[in-house]
Amino acid sequence: MKSHYSDPPKRQTLARHTLSVLVDNEPGVLARISGLFSGRGYNIESLTVSETEHERHVSRITIVTTGTAQVIEQIKHQLDRLIPVHRVNDLTVLGDAVERELALVKVVGKGEQRVEALRLAQAFNARTVDATLTSFIFELTGTSEDVERFLRLMAGVGLVEVSRTGIAAMGRGPESM
Amino acid sequence: MKEMTGAEMVVQALQDQGAEHIFGYPGGAVLPIYDALFHQDKVKHVLVRHEQGAVHAAEGYARSSGKVGCVLVTSGPGATNAVTGLTDALMDSIPLVCITGQVPTHLIGSDAFQECDTVGITRHCTKHNYLVKRIEDLPRILHEAFYVASNGRPGPVVVDIPKDIQFAKGTYSRPANNGHKTYRPQLKGDAGKIQAAVELMAKAKRPVFYTGGGVINAGPQASMLLRELVNLTGYPVTSTLMGLGAFPASDPKWLGMLGMHGTYEANWAMHDCDVMICIGARFDDRITGRLDAFSPKSKKIHVDIDPSSINKNVHVDIGIVGDCAHVLEDMVRLWRTTSPQPDKKALASWWDQIGTWRARKSLAYLPSAETIKPQYAIERLYELTKDRDPYITTEVGQHQMWAAQYFHFHEPNRWMTSGGLGTMGYGLPAAVGVQMANPGALVIDIAGEASILMNMQEMSTALQYRLPVKIFILNNSYMGMVRQWQQLLHGSRYSESYSESLPDFVKLAEAYGGVGIRCSDPAQLDAAIMEMIDTPKPVIFDCVVDKLENCFPMIPSGKAHNEMILGDAAVDIGSVIDAKGRALV
Repeated sequence: MKSHYSDPPKRQTLARHTLSVLVDNEPGVLARISGLFSGRGYNIESLTVSETEHERHVSRITIVTTGTAQVIEQIKHQLDRLIPVHRVNDLTVLGDAVERELALVKVVGKGEQRVEALRLAQAFNARTVDATLTSFIFELTGTSEDVERFLRLMAGVGLVEVSRTGIAAMGRGPESM
Repeated sequence: MKEMTGAEMVVQALQDQGAEHIFGYPGGAVLPIYDALFHQDKVKHVLVRHEQGAVHAAEGYARSSGKVGCVLVTSGPGATNAVTGLTDALMDSIPLVCITGQVPTHLIGSDAFQECDTVGITRHCTKHNYLVKRIEDLPRILHEAFYVASNGRPGPVVVDIPKDIQFAKGTYSRPANNGHKTYRPQLKGDAGKIQAAVELMAKAKRPVFYTGGGVINAGPQASMLLRELVNLTGYPVTSTLMGLGAFPASDPKWLGMLGMHGTYEANWAMHDCDVMICIGARFDDRITGRLDAFSPKSKKIHVDIDPSSINKNVHVDIGIVGDCAHVLEDMVRLWRTTSPQPDKKALASWWDQIGTWRARKSLAYLPSAETIKPQYAIERLYELTKDRDPYITTEVGQHQMWAAQYFHFHEPNRWMTSGGLGTMGYGLPAAVGVQMANPGALVIDIAGEASILMNMQEMSTALQYRLPVKIFILNNSYMGMVRQWQQLLHGSRYSESYSESLPDFVKLAEAYGGVGIRCSDPAQLDAAIMEMIDTPKPVIFDCVVDKLENCFPMIPSGKAHNEMILGDAAVDIGSVIDAKGRALV
């Protein structure tokens, strides 16, 4: 190799981790976090942000990422190094966390197809939040796998549009972050 | 609590934070701050000739004084010109506060004249940055900027202030004690880990201290404690480029710099050691060489204030998060109270081994009576200035490595070089900042003829403020390090690395109002260097050196520490003379 830089590392097994990050809700904080991931070549599978403590202007960011054990360690340290970041919790390390996402699903159709869509939605405990003579919007909350399964079924009965929130997550048990 | 304008707050905050100098360049979006500077004489403004120069000057100022360096530039091009300096300061962990002007808040986002997204552009090249949108936030942000820049792992902080905020009136508050509402870097190391580290050190048979810029950043106290610990243990010590001066080069336990152009003994000690004690260094790729072959037999202790540095490139056995001075103090105390008995016999044979590596004389070079060898030039410069406690800055390239190898440092804060980013054009503005912080000191920028032209304009700054900096150019008419790599790795095809059409550096010095000296004869070099030292003005010394000299030793491409190559003059018993050859001699 005609360079002093070392060779790329050999392929290692990747793991999927869910991180909960408490940050000051100040301008640019999301750009700092997403920029950290793009700048250092980390993956983002899902990212959810919302202010959770209005008086203290604290937001909670839930990030789902994949990487080698070493990369995951680096991601946590690099996040923690950002000045507006208060805490970084690795929910995957802490144990089996509760992970949910919400999906809005628009289905268009007539006749038997429309009846079938409504029947499937009921089977999944999805709520009907909008209806016209030719369409439904269903709201489904569940794990990402639940949402995926629901979407696969809806594809056969007139699915035209999907909006998903990304994952919100929390560690089980009495401890808080 | 006092009513004042935003611009006045900036100047007041600088005063309250103890800033005596600020390096800058005026422009439309910072005129109110320049007006506020005009009305006082506590903070002295240093007018540079280019904003990159302002940031490097502030870096030199910070690194030689231990204080926060301050910069003031305008919006748009002022801010973008500062980006290289900010990135340099981030990579080398230098505390800076850079205040940038911005277009008025109602014009932000409208592509106004001299508008750029300063906080967006500098987000990745600062430790933290702020856009001030309300006058009420300005005093807190200014004080926070100094706190964030200088606490934890130091770094540059940008405060972007729109022009209407500079005009707005508000209530100023003095710095509070809490610095920042949540940012509290860990200073004390974990006691259990420090104890485990000292126990591991005590059992070492082939130990080595590997120290870095973190020791310098932790203040002169950290350097004193490092010396104490090294003397207590009697173990050998090497350092990165950034850490030179923390341990005196005159001490017999000093192995010289390690890494790509480090000494044979330092790199072999790193490769063969059984316990590595890394203090304030970060296992950079110029240090480790091939990662999978890096120091394969050792247990590693790593002390760093930045948790993300630990286990980033190299897995370590004991990672201690903390300030070098605090952790070293604990280690010294623990070593003193437990007074462990290291294996004397093993250590004696380790030192014998180090002696045989030293005997290779990896820094030897072939002398010449006709042309000045660049190594010789640095050796003479060192010999003739060492009693004057000189401050050395450098540009980037071969001359930088030769300066690191042949100029010896005995105290911290005397060596200012662009390590992480490798910024050509760093040395002259840095020297300006060093001289500003240390009036009366001998400040020398060891330069190359290509690098110096990148920020040559700062010669004008040196003249304006009567800063007698010395620019010592090793002029080989090539971008020497580029040429060396082209020779070794690209079949000697010297693509665009020859410095054609160079200026006459003597006349250039005179044009600026300084003094020019040229020397190409080794016999006259000493006299010429003395003339430079004795000139109480800025000097450009055009030292015409051997054009094709290479910088050795060198760890070649993708190789490990124990595969380094040496120059022709080094005593290479193992490979130059093979078994057959030895039989013949």
